[in-house]
Amino acid sequence: MKLFPIRGGIHPEYRKDLTSEKAIVAMPMPAALYIPLQQHIGAPAEVLVAEGDLVKKGQMIARSQGAVSVPQHAPTSGRITAVTEVAAPHPSGLPQKTIILEPDGKDEWADLPEPIADPFAVSPHEIHERVAQSGIVGMGGAAFPSAVKLNLGTQKKLEILLLNGAECEPYLTCDDRVMREYPDEVIDGARIMARALGTPRVVIGIEQNKPQAIEIMTKAAAAFPEVEVVAVPVQYPMGSERHLVQAITGRETPARKLTADLGIVVHNVATARAVHHAVRFGRPLVARVVTVSGGAIRQPNNVLTPIGTKVADLVEFCGGFSARPESVVNGGPMMGQPLPSLDVPVVKGTSGILALTAEEINDRPTEACIRCGSCVTICPCGLSPVDMAAFIRKDNLDVAAKLGVMDCFSCGSCSYVCPSHIPLVHYFNYAKGVLRELENDRRKSERIKTLAEVRTIRIEKAAEAKRAALAARKPAPDAAPSGNAGEAKATTEEKVNA
Amino acid sequence: MSIAIMKKSGPFAHGFTSVQKTMFLVLLALTPATVFNLYLFGWPAILLFIVTVGACVAVEAACLSVAGKPVMATLADCSALLTGWLLAMSLPPWAPWWIGVLAAIFAIALTKHAFGGLGQNLFNPAMVGRTVMLISFPVAMTVWVAPHPLFSAGAPGLVEAFAITFGGNIPDTMSAASALGYVKTELSRGIPVTQSITQMPDLMDMALGYRAGSMGETSALLILAGGLFLMAKRIISWHIPVSMLGSLFLIAALFHAIDPAHFTSGTFHLVSGATFLGAFFIATDYVTSPVSKSGQIIFGVGVGLFTWSIRNFAGYPEGVAFAVLLMNSLTPIIDQYTRPRAFGRTRKGEPLPLEGKP
Repeated sequence: MKLFPIRGGIHPEYRKDLTSEKAIVAMPMPAALYIPLQQHIGAPAEVLVAEGDLVKKGQMIARSQGAVSVPQHAPTSGRITAVTEVAAPHPSGLPQKTIILEPDGKDEWADLPEPIADPFAVSPHEIHERVAQSGIVGMGGAAFPSAVKLNLGTQKKLEILLLNGAECEPYLTCDDRVMREYPDEVIDGARIMARALGTPRVVIGIEQNKPQAIEIMTKAAAAFPEVEVVAVPVQYPMGSERHLVQAITGRETPARKLTADLGIVVHNVATARAVHHAVRFGRPLVARVVTVSGGAIRQPNNVLTPIGTKVADLVEFCGGFSARPESVVNGGPMMGQPLPSLDVPVVKGTSGILALTAEEINDRPTEACIRCGSCVTICPCGLSPVDMAAFIRKDNLDVAAKLGVMDCFSCGSCSYVCPSHIPLVHYFNYAKGVLRELENDRRKSERIKTLAEVRTIRIEKAAEAKRAALAARKPAPDAAPSGNAGEAKATTEEKVNA
Repeated sequence: MSIAIMKKSGPFAHGFTSVQKTMFLVLLALTPATVFNLYLFGWPAILLFIVTVGACVAVEAACLSVAGKPVMATLADCSALLTGWLLAMSLPPWAPWWIGVLAAIFAIALTKHAFGGLGQNLFNPAMVGRTVMLISFPVAMTVWVAPHPLFSAGAPGLVEAFAITFGGNIPDTMSAASALGYVKTELSRGIPVTQSITQMPDLMDMALGYRAGSMGETSALLILAGGLFLMAKRIISWHIPVSMLGSLFLIAALFHAIDPAHFTSGTFHLVSGATFLGAFFIATDYVTSPVSKSGQIIFGVGVGLFTWSIRNFAGYPEGVAFAVLLMNSLTPIIDQYTRPRAFGRTRKGEPLPLEGKP
């Protein structure tokens, strides 16, 4: 298949060999599971259980709330010990509402929804429903509710389901292992998703540094003419949705549009496998494969981890730390988030837990920018990080916004190549946060202004009505002033309507 | 279990690049040409080299100290060393010591630190140092000598070298004209290029460096080798050198074809003067050249054309330094107009239209 070039990008030290040959192992059930109500983009789920309740594995313990939300399920059988606030797996470490489950060790399944015997015979709607019920989110890290994304076919004519197996982040091998060990499940899940989306084609994009996965997946896909496996160049950030679409189809997603607007929907390979489990067996998403790696981990591994396992337990299962980690990262080293502590749970979007040493991170004190232009050359979004950073340093965020800082998706390539070790992504994240807040404030004050205007008009109208009623009782000698007031009111009303 | 809290966003991985490593590789690339030229021009050149580099480092240290910046940590980035090195290579090798010191003050204090230090200067410090000296002290800056290799007959010993560098006593018999200067002088006397060029060493000798000139002007081939090394190491890209050399060669060749009596050939322009030093080491200075590749091509073409124009139509025989400075002044505006097109947007910054879709 002919591929298309993508702009810029880098070739970081991948260090995937730490775990790429380690087969997925299931970890024993920890003493307690911590299931946050919000593990996804959208509204948090609504609790269905209370302290002391006994639950079975796969039982829904929190239901989705609103259009963009997912339910949570018990990862094993046991007793609910509390529904309380626990630190979130987020750099802030802020507490969030979490269900604490004490496993009973039996790991008994609840009565699951009936398997859908022939997913290709049922309506797409039925598949959406099943995926939505099963609490599936994008497992590449973004954790966007998958059912919402599978619904795109009802609004648009779609051509391709692009399955993202690029796994371009260094260290991470969980998708690689899933593709190598469960190729049929991944492909079956993908075909079911294609059915739900109404796409005639499935393309699976895998970076060339995973030759075994490419071979195994190609073999598994051979039986299905609509499924095609494509080896894409090793070039970070190939796994970015928009860049993968460009590499495979040559089409560039316009700013502020979705790849779906081009007729292409991108899902992660692990998500496809979760869909397979949900549709074929009625099993909700209660565990995921997590790559535990980094120079400070004694036994790096790919671990099938129950959702809600504390990072500390997972690290313990992997032999604990062999050296003091400089940082523990949730996700890949390029776009992952630093963890505030090990007392946070593994959630549905956790692709990796990396304990990195200072040498691996290779952070150094920031020096002056020498305008080498490397950041401009490698920016996959075609931005000028050097200029944006200069304006952000002066707190001139308007200019930074004009230069496109909001188009930056924090892939980290610029920070990676900067010889002066300037934390460019940090600047951009700051600017994006402030600009978003300003935009929210602006919207809010605009709304308040509109409401205030509407209120004034309403009061005026009431007063007018009163005056009119009064005038009706005793005939007025001059009608001119009230006529003027009526005109003024009309113009204000027009303004509001405009 | 407690872990360190990172206050910075990712990435938690970083390439093995640093300012120091970059500067070090540039110095390494300059070393063969420098060593060869120090050998060619002997002890006076070595003394001037030491004085100039030393002065640059000392002025840098003084400026950092006055500005309240960390002195030793910043000196370790080697940028002052590199400026001094390039500056020394652009001076006449037997120039007196005070030329080196004054040039260092202009380069480091006035061009670099007055603008805010490393990365903030608009103009190339070494070239400012050289051109200010050339304009202020035209005589001292245009006394060229023919190569007198170390330990060869007639080469000055260490004691004589001290007299030359610190006493300013260049024996008259030793001076010689640089190729560009000679052609220009002869042309002004009405002698056509076709005739004066026959007095020149052949082009191969010029490329190798057996001729009069500043250290960076001779030995084009070693400079070229250093430049190619930098390209291989990806410290510089091809854009500036190729566009500068290409435009210089093309315009020179064109005019040479039209009027060989007044214009020297493209090849002559390439191997003479500071063409190669300028193309690979001066114009490619990160700080003072554009950051985008398209900007770098515009910049390179500008330097090439200005160099040729100055060599032919201005008062000075060599134009690389002036051409680089002129283009330096255009760098901010070039940068502004050559930003890459953002992903999913038109050049104007509007979102791309959805092709073929309602």
